[in-house]
Order: sequence, then C-alpha cells, then structure tokens
Amino acid sequence: MALNKVCALCLRGFKGEFGSLSVISRGSHFTYTPDTDVPSKGEKAKMNMFQAINNALDIALASDKTAMIFGEDVGFGGVFRCTLGLQKKYGRERVFNTPLSEQGIVGFGIGVAAVGSTAIAEIQFADYIFPAFDQIVNEAAKYRYRSGGEFDCGKLTIRAPCSAVGHGALYHSQSPEAYFAHTPGIKVVVPRGPIKAKGLLLSCIRDPDPCIILEPKALYRAAVEEVPEEDYQLPIGRADIILKGSDVTLIGWGTQVHVLKEVAQLAKSQLKVSCEVIDLVSILPWDMETVFKSVKKTKRVLVSHEAPLTGGFGAELSASIQEECFLHLEAPVARVTGHDTPFPHVFEPFYLPDKWRCLAAVRNLINY
Amino acid sequence: MDRQGNIISKDEDPKLSDKVIIKMYKEMTLLNVLDKILYESQRQGRISFYMTNYGEEATHIGSAAALNNNDIVYGQYREAGVLLWRGFTLQELIDQCYGNKDDTGKGKQMPIHYGSKKLNFVTISSPLGTQIPQAVGSAFALKGMHKVVICYFGDGAASEGDAHAAFNFAATLECPTIFFCRNNGYAISTPVDEQYRGDGIAARGPSYGMHTLRVDGNDVFAVYNATKKAKEYAVNENKPVLIEALTYRVGDHSTSDDSSAYRSPEEVTLWATNDYPTNKLRYYMETKGIWNEELEERWLQQARKDILAAFNAGEKKLKPKWTEMFEEVYKYMPTNIKKQQYEMVEHVKKYKEHYPVEKFET
Repeated sequence: MALNKVCALCLRGFKGEFGSLSVISRGSHFTYTPDTDVPSKGEKAKMNMFQAINNALDIALASDKTAMIFGEDVGFGGVFRCTLGLQKKYGRERVFNTPLSEQGIVGFGIGVAAVGSTAIAEIQFADYIFPAFDQIVNEAAKYRYRSGGEFDCGKLTIRAPCSAVGHGALYHSQSPEAYFAHTPGIKVVVPRGPIKAKGLLLSCIRDPDPCIILEPKALYRAAVEEVPEEDYQLPIGRADIILKGSDVTLIGWGTQVHVLKEVAQLAKSQLKVSCEVIDLVSILPWDMETVFKSVKKTKRVLVSHEAPLTGGFGAELSASIQEECFLHLEAPVARVTGHDTPFPHVFEPFYLPDKWRCLAAVRNLINY
Repeated sequence: MDRQGNIISKDEDPKLSDKVIIKMYKEMTLLNVLDKILYESQRQGRISFYMTNYGEEATHIGSAAALNNNDIVYGQYREAGVLLWRGFTLQELIDQCYGNKDDTGKGKQMPIHYGSKKLNFVTISSPLGTQIPQAVGSAFALKGMHKVVICYFGDGAASEGDAHAAFNFAATLECPTIFFCRNNGYAISTPVDEQYRGDGIAARGPSYGMHTLRVDGNDVFAVYNATKKAKEYAVNENKPVLIEALTYRVGDHSTSDDSSAYRSPEEVTLWATNDYPTNKLRYYMETKGIWNEELEERWLQQARKDILAAFNAGEKKLKPKWTEMFEEVYKYMPTNIKKQQYEMVEHVKKYKEHYPVEKFET
C-alpha cells in the first residue's frame, strides 16, 4: 500500500517534466532549527510542515461546515501530501480535484467566497500562479472596494508552494511575493516552519480578506517541530523577532529566516557582531513598527530574500527604512537577494543569497 | 414569435399573463428611454461614460423573467434590463452613473458598473470574462439550495481563457449554472468572423459535455422559454446549461466608440427596423388587443418623466466623502492606508482651493 502510494506520487507527478520534487527535498543551503516559542500550552505532536498544514486544513474543515478545499490533485492528498486523507474524511463535495486551470481555480474560489462559503484553493506551485494573476489582482483584491462593500471574497485563501528546493530550476523555485505586494486588497504571508504554518494558515482561512499563503516547499519535510494539536491562530501583519541583537538587523522570511539565523551565529563567532534576526512573516500588510524599532536600535540593516533584487520586496523595505530611520542609519541598507535572472537549474548554489553572501554583507555593514 | 409578433408554434407559447407581458414590454422600452437620456447626458459631459443596451432588451428581460430574485446574477455590463426587472430603481441606476453619495458602490467604479446585494446581482467589473468562473464557484457553493446562478457574457468575452475554464469546471464539478451568451455580432469593432470560426458559441457547449440551446435573442418569449427550461434542468440535475442568444448590437459599443467607423449604417438600420425586440413584442400585444398607440404614448411620456426626475435628483446630489477612497480596501483599514489617509487629509486642508472639495460630502 505504501509502495503504491509512492508510485502514484511519482507517476501522477505535477506540472513540469518530473515527479520527484515532492519526494526529495534537499534544502542544502540552510539548516533548519525548530521554533522554541510555542503559542500554546496544550498537547503537542511532532509534525513536519506538510503535516502541520494538513492538520490546520483538517481543523478548518471540521470547524466550518462551508469550508472546501480544491485544486489540482488535492483529492488523493496533493503532490506535497498537504491534503492527505481529507477527501476520505470530508467527502468529495468538500475536498476535490479541479480541471488543470489556475485562472479557473482562483475564479471558482472567488465565486465560492462571494456567496459566503469558505474557499481554500491550492495552486500546485507558486510558479504557476501567474495564469490566475488577473483573477487575484483585478478581481479578488478589488471585490470589496469596487462594490462599496456590497460583495466581498474575504473567505478565499490561496495556498501555493514557493521558493528554492535545490533543483527546481525556473518553474519550481520562484518566490513571487513582490508581485502581490503591489496589490492593495490582498494579504500575503510566508511561514518559516510548521508551528507558524499552522497558525498562519488558520488565520488566513478565517481572515475577512482574501489571503495568499506562500509555503516554502523546502520546509515541507525538512522542518520538524513540536506543533500544538489544538486550534490556534497567529497574527497576520506582525513580524517575529527570532533572535535579539544589538549591532545589525537581519530581515528575511520563509526559508531565508533559517539562513539568517546561521548568519547571525557566524557573525557572532567570526566577527563578534550581534545580529537581531527578524522574520517579517507577513509581506502585505507588513509590520513597520517592529522593523523600524529594531533598525533604530541597531542602526544597520540587511534585507535578504530569494527573489530577484530589482523590484523585490527588499526595495520596499529599504525605501521605507530610509524614510523612517534616516538619522539613525550608520550604513546604507544592504540587500542580499537572488540575482536579476530567471531561477537557474545547475547554478542554484551560485544564485541563492546564501549565508556566505549574507555574512559578507554583514561585514561590509560593520566596516562601512 | 415571427417578426410581426405572431406565435409560430402554439405549443411553445409560454402563455404568460397579460400583466407579465405588459411588464416585460414596459421594462424593455423603459430601458430604451433610459439609454437615450443617459447617452445624451454623456454627450453633454454630465456623466463620464455610458453603454447602451439597444437591440438586446429581450435577452435581459426574457431571461430575468424566467428566474426569481433568489437566483444569483453575474453580468458583463450590458445587462441593465435584468436589474430593472428585479426592482433596481431608476434612481439607483442613475446614482451609480453619477457616483454620488447614494451610489451603493460609493462612486468607486465607472458608470454602468452596477451591483446590488439585495437583488443578488453581483457588482459588474470591467475585466472581461472574469465573472464566468466565479459564477461557477457560486453555483457549486449553492448546490442543493434550489437556486441557479446565471452568468451573462458577450461573444467576444467567450474567447477569454476564463470562459474555457468556467465551462469545463461547471461540467466536471456539476454546477447549476446558466451560461447566457449575448452574441450580438461584434466585440467593439471586431466582427464574429474574426472572433471564431466554429458554429458560434453554442457549438462549444456539447464539447464540454454541456446541454446547449440557441435562441432568437430578439424574441423575448424564446429567451424566456429557454431560460426557464435551463433553470429547471440545472437545478434538478446539478448541471450547467449554455444558452446562446443571437441578437444584434444596434448602438455603438460605448460612448467612447463610433461604430460607423467599422460597419455600415444600412446594416444597423436593417436590424433596428426589421427585427427589433420591442417592436416585435408590441406587434404581438397589439394583435392581442392589450396595447395601442394611446397606451404607448402615455407610457413613454411617463417613462421620460420618471427618468428625468431621477436624473435631475441624481445630478444634484453630492459625491460621497472623498476620504471614502481609502475605505473598504480591506475589511479593517491597515496602518499604511491609515497613514496615507491622514497625510491626504492634512494636505487637502492646506491646499483645498486646488481640490473640488465642495462637490463632496463632508
């Protein structure tokens, strides 16, 4: 049975040429360290990120009779196993496959939400969200505004696996958050691990506005934590200070938070520099207060993301920090990001903003 | 009905009461008068934009009459008759075109982008075809509640990818949706032979596994019958139906378009005189003895009077508070928008002579 499942997984595959991404995730450019700040006192269980997401979806379906999950291949459990067992438990009317069409999935989801039901749509890879860009940007984001509040699609949540996975190349590695950050009306969040993923996903599903949750796929299996089993939510729009520090603020989100945690260790041991690490968590709206407060204290800041530099969300952060913290800054805001190229296959180790590029930037910030 | 308003096949006569038939005729002609007045008012620069419904009145009224107000409507933009039928008032229509303080959309969208929660008419948006998969999602969510979702779109919009997605989703997910295509021969300047080479839109239905009907869109009874049948089937079977109503866009595409640049006036006249939906119904009513020249005159006068009264009232009203611009982006206003609103309020205080503040509520 187990063998059959693995075979099915490989054979069914997903968009793109190959079917092994979901089985192997190398994630060699970072070391995962579990969250220590657990937002609940209740029973906990060891879960990786896909299991935590599955658990959140299970809770969402159980606690809201109108909630439904749909997308490509979600019926058998999803190519990343996030919806495993849910169709069996809740039936085909609540967990179901759609035809292979992203614009259809999001348009359909908006329609479900517009009549008051809870729609949890899955886009198989964030790289394939672009066919639905029109439905997200022109429709979902503007539904409430343009109707003067007569109609809204706030009960829509879109989940999409994102970011680097070691060998995903152009179309299984993208981090499209900046495209959406330019769109008033939607919310965009990126979890850094299982505890965060569960709490944020439940918040997105219950939030009165349409949300996109980008799930770093490298963490689906690599990230394992003691996740509270109960129903809990984590705030959208609030950043987390992962590590307190006094000399430099390091800001990232998703997988990159773990890179920055390592950078902070290296900076401490090699440069005797104390770094404050911030997980931005929420791209839109983002937590200005936490960021500005930290930068005013440390006076130096590094922003780091996997997406390309030009027009990346780092640009928004840099400009805002410069406006708000001008008199406090001791060095220009540094950005260490993916290059302004498509995401390459064999060159991935040279493309990513890895710990060594970040460490070099910290050194420059200190020596400026 | 033939072009002289004679019922061709007796057993297909929907046998509507005189009262309903007169209401149908009145709303179709009311829409006509409304179009004339609002079109002219755009020409005079009193509203910024308008789109008339000339020639397609029967598609709106015939289909609307076959449904009830619990059924959800998703439209494109040329379906104002559906709203009229459901009870949207002239004042509500005109307030939207003016974007004044009583517009339910709070002046945020261009004219004719109507919407009404209480009448289950989902707010119109400009991007073409986007409403089609949305209608399918709504139909899925409402399955088993004895409601149908009707979704209107033009022959041009049917070329969008969203139309393909929607037809396929509705069929595979078994959604009680009526796809209502108004095939009026043109998408702005593009004639149908540059839009598709198959047998119209209807021929696509069966390839998605959808029951399909093609009707004379200028025959209000034919449209009524088709829609009624479609609803029965969709609700009982939980399956979609495609209706293609063949009609002709008698007016310009919009007030920003002069259609004589791409089609002959003779072609337009031919449709306007030989096969016009209101004329056809009027012949029928006169033969039946329930309408005459005197009633016609009296009704048109009344219609004109009502519209002008609403028009003048709509024009006099102030626009909503301009700070409304920042509201309802989200359910609750986030900090960044609060900050921008505050900055703009401070700015306008200082520079108010440069902004039309007197036209807006305070």
